[in-house]
Amino acid sequence: MLPSALSHCLRFLVSIFALFLSFPTMAAWELNMPKGVTPISETVYDLHMIIFYICVVIAVIVFGVMLWSIFYHRKSRGYKPANFHESTLVEVIWTVIPLIILIVMAIPATEGVFAMYNYDDSEVDIKVTGYQWKWRYEYINDDIDFFSTLTTTTEEIHNQQTKNKNYLLEVDNPIVVPIGKKIRFLLTSNDVIHSWWVPELAVKKDAIPGFINESWTLVKEPGIYRGQCAELCGKDHGFMPIVVEAVEQEQYDLWIQQKQEETALRLAQAAKEAAQTWDMDRLMASGKPLYEKNCLACHQANGEGLPPVFPALKNSPVIKGPISEHIQIILHGRSGTAMAAYAPQLSDSEVAALVTYERNAWGQNSNETVQPSDVTKLR
Amino acid sequence: MNETTSISTKEVDTPTTEHHAHPTGISRWLYTTNHKDIGSLYLIFSFVMLFIGGGMAFMIRAELFQPGLQFIEPEFFNQMTTMHGLIMVFGVVMPAFVGLANWMVPLMIGAPDMALPRMNNWSFWIMPFAFSILLSTLFMEGGGPNFGWTFYAPLSTTYAPPSTTFFIFGVHLMGLSSIMGAINIITTILNMRAPGMTLMKMPMFVWTWLITAFLLIAVMPVLAGAVTMMLMDIHFGTSFFNAAGGGDPVLFQHIFWFFGHPEVYIMILPAFGVVSQIIPAFARKPLFGYKSMVYATASIAILSFIVWAHHMFTVGLPAVAELFFMYSTMLIAIPTGVKVFNWVSTMFRGSMTFEAPMLFSVAFVVLFTIGGLSGLMLSIAPADFQYHDTYFVVAHFHYVLVPGAIFGIMAAVYYWMPKWSGFMYNEPLAKLHFWLSFIGLNLTFFPMHFLGLAGMPRRIPDYALQFADFNMITSVGAFLFGTTQLLFLYIVIQCARGKGEPAPQRPWEGAEGLEWSIPSPAPLHTFDTPPKVD
Repeated sequence: MLPSALSHCLRFLVSIFALFLSFPTMAAWELNMPKGVTPISETVYDLHMIIFYICVVIAVIVFGVMLWSIFYHRKSRGYKPANFHESTLVEVIWTVIPLIILIVMAIPATEGVFAMYNYDDSEVDIKVTGYQWKWRYEYINDDIDFFSTLTTTTEEIHNQQTKNKNYLLEVDNPIVVPIGKKIRFLLTSNDVIHSWWVPELAVKKDAIPGFINESWTLVKEPGIYRGQCAELCGKDHGFMPIVVEAVEQEQYDLWIQQKQEETALRLAQAAKEAAQTWDMDRLMASGKPLYEKNCLACHQANGEGLPPVFPALKNSPVIKGPISEHIQIILHGRSGTAMAAYAPQLSDSEVAALVTYERNAWGQNSNETVQPSDVTKLR
Repeated sequence: MNETTSISTKEVDTPTTEHHAHPTGISRWLYTTNHKDIGSLYLIFSFVMLFIGGGMAFMIRAELFQPGLQFIEPEFFNQMTTMHGLIMVFGVVMPAFVGLANWMVPLMIGAPDMALPRMNNWSFWIMPFAFSILLSTLFMEGGGPNFGWTFYAPLSTTYAPPSTTFFIFGVHLMGLSSIMGAINIITTILNMRAPGMTLMKMPMFVWTWLITAFLLIAVMPVLAGAVTMMLMDIHFGTSFFNAAGGGDPVLFQHIFWFFGHPEVYIMILPAFGVVSQIIPAFARKPLFGYKSMVYATASIAILSFIVWAHHMFTVGLPAVAELFFMYSTMLIAIPTGVKVFNWVSTMFRGSMTFEAPMLFSVAFVVLFTIGGLSGLMLSIAPADFQYHDTYFVVAHFHYVLVPGAIFGIMAAVYYWMPKWSGFMYNEPLAKLHFWLSFIGLNLTFFPMHFLGLAGMPRRIPDYALQFADFNMITSVGAFLFGTTQLLFLYIVIQCARGKGEPAPQRPWEGAEGLEWSIPSPAPLHTFDTPPKVD
């Protein structure tokens, strides 16, 4: 009995040990805050290190005295207890010294706060809007407006596929910013509170529905900087990363131009598609990926949702009811619920495809088709 | 109608040590107005909740053992983090300290019982109902609360599961219980001290509880206000926290943290009191700077009302507000430092022994100081923009709550258990319990500092690959720490069942105070005639 139990134990320990060893490639063992690539991130890093060293010194002194007492002032060594229990002098000393340390610390910290709060003279203004569970970026002066969502696959998340290097920190549309320019972020939210955080930029600001917060950065080095939502925002809080690509000015200008052309092209395409009449196969084929990207997180792959917060679509009153109401809900959302308005995110043909898909998928086969023109009328 | 059959005139006329008939079995506990029985009930309740809340921590750590989603889905993960927090705060730490106060405050001030014994009974018996309601939400449609123990609106209002209404009701009940408990403790301490025991002669544990009770009375109504406003927003069409209706989601955070910051001191001040009793006892030397300890505790309590927005440095406060809350928060380091320096000075040149209560107290001083120092780091507003809502914060508050509040409770249990049960606990096992807990908790919470600094946000069910190693260590530590508490349960049960050496009246050589002047186990009624304190 015993030897077998022992060998089980040993095998367990060995396998635990092997687990530790099996991650050498992803081992980062990162211990400290990144120094980052912006003036603010460097200020923050320096403040962090100063206060850390102060803490270390205090800890060494306090624990030193304590350990000394623990080793030498113990009964087993025959140490006789002293009887002092008060000393105004030392108590004043150890009230005043920490106060002085705190004042010395407060000076650079105050400067840091003011530096962070100086939003003047920005050259690029980006409005960042948090959505459950993606980010929307609007370049205010350049008419660029896009959404940025996680690209890590469900298979990777559910361990059915090897996880790639940027697991959970990758998006379809990163935001691109020029280096050496002051960039101002205007943050808000469409639903609950989110928080936009990129550690290397030392930018973390809450995105609050109905209010606009400001923050700024000035990236010194080109590179790709990754961050995440930092405020619990519901089910997929862990799955709405941020990717910032900092590039040289010329590259940035090129990107702006490209993005604008893309937008123009997309609009033209959307207008063209909206004018066409779509057949069932085409609607269903484009509806499925759209559903997976926009609706699946809440309403689930089988259309049964996670009731009662995320209601089922399959055989629901909305699906069985008039098409126009169905379109309205997708376009304008449902106030007082988690259902967001998709009018800014989807074109008419996309909404048409989605509605058709939702009315025919999961064995419902209503045979109803919705045309982009139906959506245009309601937009 | 068998009225007054149980109270015969004979019993009333001839005074005995027992005042009235004692129901046995379940009635003894349901109807009890005895501070010792109610104290035991609170402690048992908190022990049960410790394992429920700990079970949730197990699920969280199992899911976070490796990257990817293995065991639980994100929506359930969020319910676990929320419930773990709520249960540990309201179901474990607070009731355990109220239990200790019930047992020990009357014994330490020479009072026969609490001032308001019937209300005492009610305060306790609300708790099981409050927590049954709270836990039952997990089985409701849409699941339990999933918005974090801080339940920020609008995630907890417009976007919350329907069970939130039950959560609100549960919080109301807990608040009711806490407020009544606090009123009882204040009344007892202010009115029922033995002749000669002036305020400045009270044991530190009594002092810290007096101050804690005032904090409770001040802030629990604020919490009740916050959840009532949520209730109104959810069901009655108001828009306190909804910008679309003219409200402000940030208002919720101000109200919540106006409650929340004093709340964290509610959880730690009684632990300060406990170690201030234990360290002098095992150092065989009086507490250093008793007066400054009292003043420091009071200062911490007062400061706790003007620091709340340091939990909100990233919500977009004006720069001046950032500075005010940064400075006021930094100030807290001073009275806290005084306390730590005083404990160390008490140990210095003492004649120390290291039985389990002392081990837990020494670890308390070391590890609470680590948590305090990371708190000082967090007070630096610009740096907090990086720390905020990361595992660095998780590490910080677990360092002050686990080796702080929980170790304080464990130290108290080992210290006073001989008085409660009349038997000594198993010392070698208790030492083993200490060392396994010590290793387990440091393994769990120390790497969280690194995770947070490296950029891992809190409250996420899955994480990027660079966080894998430390998360695995953390999970292993958590399993060790959690499992070790079964040993604690075993030790306590053995001691309560009388398996151990009979305890003398004063089992600790250096222990002082009225509680050691009565026999072990403490008889049901003590100090019928008040003792005289010089």
